[in-house]
Amino acid sequence: MNTTTRVLLTALLCTAAVACSKKVKEVPNTGTDTGPSTGNVTDTTSTAPGAYGPNDLDTDACLRQRVVYFDLDQDALRPEFQAAMACHAKYLRDRPSARISLEGNADERGSREYNLGLGERRGNAVSSALQANGGSGAQLAVVSYGEERPTCTESNEDCWAKNRRVEIVYTAK
Amino acid sequence: MSPSLRRFAAVFALLLPIAAFASAALAQEKGLEIDIVGGNASALPIAVVPMPYQGSGAAPDIDVAGVVRADLDRSGQFRGLPEASMTEKPSSGGEIQYPTWRLLKQDYLVVGRVVDAGGGSYRVEYELFDVAKQERLLGLAMTARSSAMRDVAHQMADAIYEKVLGVRGAFWTRIAYITAVGTGKGSRYALMVADSDGFNPQTVVRSPEPLLSPSWSPDGRRLAYVSFERGNSSIYIQDITTGSRELVASFRGINGAPSFSPDGRRLALTLSRSGNPEIYVMDLGSKALTQVTNQFGIDTEPTWSADGGTLYFTSDRGGRPQIYQASASGGGATRVTFQGSYNASATVSFDGKKIAVAQGSGNVYRIALLDRSLGSPRWSTLSPGSLDESPSFAPNASMILYAAREGRRGVLYAVSADGRVRQRLVLADGDVREPAWGPYRTQR
Repeated sequence: MNTTTRVLLTALLCTAAVACSKKVKEVPNTGTDTGPSTGNVTDTTSTAPGAYGPNDLDTDACLRQRVVYFDLDQDALRPEFQAAMACHAKYLRDRPSARISLEGNADERGSREYNLGLGERRGNAVSSALQANGGSGAQLAVVSYGEERPTCTESNEDCWAKNRRVEIVYTAK
Repeated sequence: MSPSLRRFAAVFALLLPIAAFASAALAQEKGLEIDIVGGNASALPIAVVPMPYQGSGAAPDIDVAGVVRADLDRSGQFRGLPEASMTEKPSSGGEIQYPTWRLLKQDYLVVGRVVDAGGGSYRVEYELFDVAKQERLLGLAMTARSSAMRDVAHQMADAIYEKVLGVRGAFWTRIAYITAVGTGKGSRYALMVADSDGFNPQTVVRSPEPLLSPSWSPDGRRLAYVSFERGNSSIYIQDITTGSRELVASFRGINGAPSFSPDGRRLALTLSRSGNPEIYVMDLGSKALTQVTNQFGIDTEPTWSADGGTLYFTSDRGGRPQIYQASASGGGATRVTFQGSYNASATVSFDGKKIAVAQGSGNVYRIALLDRSLGSPRWSTLSPGSLDESPSFAPNASMILYAAREGRRGVLYAVSADGRVRQRLVLADGDVREPAWGPYRTQR
C-alpha cells in the first residue's frame, strides 16, 4: 500500500473513531444507527436483550474469531475480517469493563526489530478498525511481539501466513 | 593480561548459576563444527607447528597451535598448513630447516613450546618467521592458568595477524548471541557470551520470554538488550562482570534496538511511545531523551558511526525498508542503500567505509556488503543462504558474524569481509540467533 492510501485510510479510520467515540463513552448507550442490534441497545449490562455477555466469547461464532491475518508486509485489514471487527467492537460497547490486548506478530523474514514495528502497525490497524466500529480506545492496548511468537515454525508460505497475525486477547471480559 | 583474565574468570564464577556451567560444559564438550566453506587462493600460506609440552606436570588440554591455526584460517587472510603435511616439527628457531618450508611453499612459520610455569600455570613461548627472508619477526612468551590457554592462543593469533598484515587482530574478542529452545509456552531464551570462535559459552541472562538485540558497551563490560519479561518489550543494560542490571526503557509501545554510542555515554534506541517507531538517543547519565527521527514510517535499528556523529538506521519511509543516515543530534536523513528491495540491520565498519546489511529480494535474504572506500559504492554478497540476517562486524572489520537458518534451527556463521571464507559456529542445541561482535578486550 502506498503512503497516500495509508494516510487516507488512517484519516478515514480516525474520523470514524472520533464519530463513534462519543457514543461509547456514554453509559447507558442511548442507541443510534450503527450498532448491529439497532434501536434496542439502551443498556450495557449483559442482561439487556441483544447485548453480549462473557459467555458469548466462548459460544458466539463471530466472537470466537480471535485471530486476524495479514498479507506479506501489509497492515491493511482484509475484508473478510470486517464482521469480526464489528462483533468485537459491539462486545466492547456492551461491556465497558472489557479490555482487549492486541498482540501483533510478523513472519520470520526480515529483521527482528523491523518486524517489531510491523507487528505494532498490524496491532494498530486492528485497534483502529475496532474503534471505527465503536470500540473505545481506552479498552484497547497494542503489544507487538514481532517475529518472536510464531505459531508455526517452518520456513514456507503456509507457515508464514499463519504467523502474520494479530491475536485478540481479552484481558478483562 | 593475566590479571584481567583472572578478573574475567573470577567474575564469571561469581555471577553464573551452576546450571549455566553445566550447559556451557556440555556445549563445549560437543565442540563447534569448523567448516571452511570457500577457499582463498590469495590467502597467505602459514605453518603453525604443534607446540610440544616440555614440563613435568600434567600437559594442558588445549592444543594452542591448533587454536591459532583455526583463528588465522577463519580470517580468510591466511591458509594454515595441515599438520599432516608437516614433515618436520621444530619447536624453536634453531631447529628450523628453511629449505623444507620453502619446499612446502610456506610464507610464514610459527614455532613454539609450552612449559610449566608452576602453580597450575603454563608459559607459552613462540616465534614467527618469514620463510623467504629467514628472518624472525616475533618472539614472545605468555603465562596463564590452564583455564586461560584459549585466551593465550587468541592473543598469539592477534599478534601474528598484526605483524604480518599491519592490521590489529580481533580473535581475542567475545561475541554475544541469543539462544532459544522449545516453542510456545515451553520456550526458554538465553543471552550468551562466548569467545569469538564460539568456545567458552557463558549464560548472561535466562528468560521464559523472548530476548533480542544484544549490544555491547564499548568497554565490553555491559550489554544492552531487549526483554519481553514485563509483557511488553523493554530495554535493560546489564553489567556482565557484576550481573547487576538496570531497566532503561519501558515506555508504552516498542522499546527496541539499543545501541551504545562509541563513548559509551549514550544509547540509541527505538521507541514507539509517540504512536510510531522513532529513533531516540538517551543520555545514560541523565536518562534524557533526544528524538532523532520524526517520520510516518518505521524507523529502527540505529547504529553509530565510529566518531559518534552519525546514526545509520532502517526506515521504510520510502515504502520498503532501506538504510538511512542522520546526524545523531537529529535533523534530516539521507538514504544510503539503493540496491535491493529490502535492506535492514546495518552494521558499520570501524572506519565507516563498509556497511553490511541483511538484503532481501523476494523470499531470499542474504548478507550484503556496501563498500564506500572507492569512488563509487560497490556491493558484494557475502552469504549464500535464504534467511541470513543480523550481520555484525568484528572490531577490525576483517570478518562479519551473522545468523542463518538451517532447517528449523538458527546457526551462526563468521564470514571474511571478502566473502571467501565462511565458518559455521555450532554453539548449542536449539536456535542460535542475533550475534553481536564485542569490542577489543584491551584499549590502545
